[in-house]
Amino acid sequence: MGEILLQIDGREVKVEEGMTILEAAQSTGINIPTLCYHEKLEPYGACRICTVEVETGGRTNLVAACLYPVQENLVVMTRSEKVDKIRKMLLELMIAHAPEAGALQELAQEYGANKDRFEKEPSFCILCGLCVRYCAEVKKKNAVGFVDRGGRREVIFIPEIAAKECWNCKECFPLCPTEALQAGYLLTEALAFPSGNR
Amino acid sequence: MPRINSPTELEELRKSILSKRDPDRPCIAICAGTSCLALGNDRVIGAFEEEIKKQSLEAKVDIRATGCHGFCEKGPNIVIYPEEICYMEVIPEGVSDIISQTVLGKKVIDRLIYTDPNTGEKAAHQSEIPFYKNQMRHLIGNNTKVDPKSIDDYLALGGYSALSKSLFEMTPEQVLEEIKKANLRGRGGGGFPTGLKWETARNAPGEKKYVIVNAHEGEPGAFMDRALFTGNPHSVLEGLIIGAYAIGSHQGFIYTRHDTPQLRNNIVVALTQAEGYGLLGENILGSGFNFNVEVHLDIGIFVSGESSALMRSIEGKTPEPRPKYIRTAVSGIWEKPSNLNNVETWANVPQIINNGSEWYTSIGTERSKGTKLISLSGNICNTGVVEVPMGTSLREIVYDIGGGIPNGKKLKAIHFGGPLGGSIPASLLDTPLDFDELAKLGAPMGAGGMLVMDEDTNMVDVARFFLNFLTDESCGKCVPCREGIRQMLKILTNITQGKGREGDVALLEELAEVAGNASLCALGRTSSNPLLSTLYYFRDEYEGIKENG
Repeated sequence: MGEILLQIDGREVKVEEGMTILEAAQSTGINIPTLCYHEKLEPYGACRICTVEVETGGRTNLVAACLYPVQENLVVMTRSEKVDKIRKMLLELMIAHAPEAGALQELAQEYGANKDRFEKEPSFCILCGLCVRYCAEVKKKNAVGFVDRGGRREVIFIPEIAAKECWNCKECFPLCPTEALQAGYLLTEALAFPSGNR
Repeated sequence: MPRINSPTELEELRKSILSKRDPDRPCIAICAGTSCLALGNDRVIGAFEEEIKKQSLEAKVDIRATGCHGFCEKGPNIVIYPEEICYMEVIPEGVSDIISQTVLGKKVIDRLIYTDPNTGEKAAHQSEIPFYKNQMRHLIGNNTKVDPKSIDDYLALGGYSALSKSLFEMTPEQVLEEIKKANLRGRGGGGFPTGLKWETARNAPGEKKYVIVNAHEGEPGAFMDRALFTGNPHSVLEGLIIGAYAIGSHQGFIYTRHDTPQLRNNIVVALTQAEGYGLLGENILGSGFNFNVEVHLDIGIFVSGESSALMRSIEGKTPEPRPKYIRTAVSGIWEKPSNLNNVETWANVPQIINNGSEWYTSIGTERSKGTKLISLSGNICNTGVVEVPMGTSLREIVYDIGGGIPNGKKLKAIHFGGPLGGSIPASLLDTPLDFDELAKLGAPMGAGGMLVMDEDTNMVDVARFFLNFLTDESCGKCVPCREGIRQMLKILTNITQGKGREGDVALLEELAEVAGNASLCALGRTSSNPLLSTLYYFRDEYEGIKENG
């Protein structure tokens, strides 16, 4: 694989071809916030908190750093007025669902996000899918998955699989950026009421 | 079914089909489109069959159950050939009169023909009825002339001559060049140049390539693709095979809805018949070109019409948009180059090949060529499927074709493009139908759903309606779309209930900006279009100064 020369936050950076902006930044010690990213998993691009501004061929674009492949002469700004504004709003939107989540609170402070901007609807979940994807991609068990779509999307343990697999694993719990207890609750619920009559 | 092995054999078959048809023999073309069927046209069809049997006319009169004629407002519709007499709002009880007086007696029945509600003038033929005569029906016009289940009907109209010409008189490069010169732009909503997309897929590395018909049409208020595809499936299929030849693909997919059984059925029949004649499958027309088509059904979610979600769905996965920054024309289904065009785009291809790009570019505006199908609905006298040349003014569509606004109301706004489109006020009625002109005004044409709204419409409610639709129909994967829509919908619901608060509009704009800039796919990025356009043109309604027009 060849090397690619690009610019991140004004610094010339030389990285391997095929890397994403996020990997390139991490390799040179530049921090881009992430919530749904995990190095063992396929990039997912759902939380959009890693949104950065890129410039190619005279045009600027807002892209997800965890997915955007590096290109020769790409100019990346990991912070800008636009980027910060997006991250602030995304945090405000997510924090309405997980008000006590440490990871969100820390970022909220950094980006000046107002924790009370939107009415609280605590579900303790921001649907980052780390648990779902870890179970599918690393454990290859698919014991936990998404159901429904749009505003009704949620995470559910599949009782038949969870009963066999989860008690001795629980490796997804510590991955949760909001509240691992919620995962425990959902798992218990799935096992206690496998037909969904809760 | 004899297999056709050469262009000569195709022309011979065509001649033999035509030789068995008497152009003077009466034929009753009965619309069996979705709307007319809902109005009870199956009973009308049954009544005609019975009456013909009763009078022992089987050898003298033909009946043809066809696709949508277009004038849904006046359905059930029938056209009687060879005179091309149009009867509207036909009921089974009127059938025996139609047979005896018109089909046999050659007399027009006054009460069944179109009457202009304003002038009282009557019109018996398509060429005289304002709804039809002001259109240019290159794509949909054949719907009355073919039985969708009869490939012979399509062949009788010159069908598959463009395929034969492409395979035997043109190289794939020449076909591609012709489409590029025609400046055909994607009818699915983006308006992206079709030739460029084909070229990208053609030049993308890899032997295996796919071509796909997007027949999802999940947009509320859009019903023109199913009218065309259900009514004349071979016109789409012929375009697809020609595109496959130009791109170098040997496998096609038709992605359509699970909940339109009539369309599904007609597609399957069309594929079987085309295969029977050797127009599909191995060694098409003896040219050495192989191409097969599979039909895939959706699971009933709007976002599965998005190109990458659609392709994942064909792979058998959940229809969620793919987050990767790579075009599907380069890496689509199973990471192979995959060229997706919508139904109407494919249907344009045969006529471009037959008539040439010069003919095609003579229709339309500088940057939007050809005709466009429009689903005309809302507060409009003549609801239906309309086809006009690009550049036709919205005024002509609303008044000359659509017959204006019912109940003496005034026009307030026109909404294009469904939940990802926008609304423009009546003052912009002289805008031409053109991809770029409409996009500039904030009402991108989308697939061609045109919703007309009268003075009683509350524009905040319009924006709320579409966001409500999207909150159920987005995949829910990314935060700016899922959560942004949720919050925008809450604010709009409050405003429509008179509970709006100071700062609502600014917050709406901020949410719209974040959803527009940070969402994963085009659905999220354009989800706030209806909101933004109504905020721009009808801002006072958001700020509570309700206009009572």
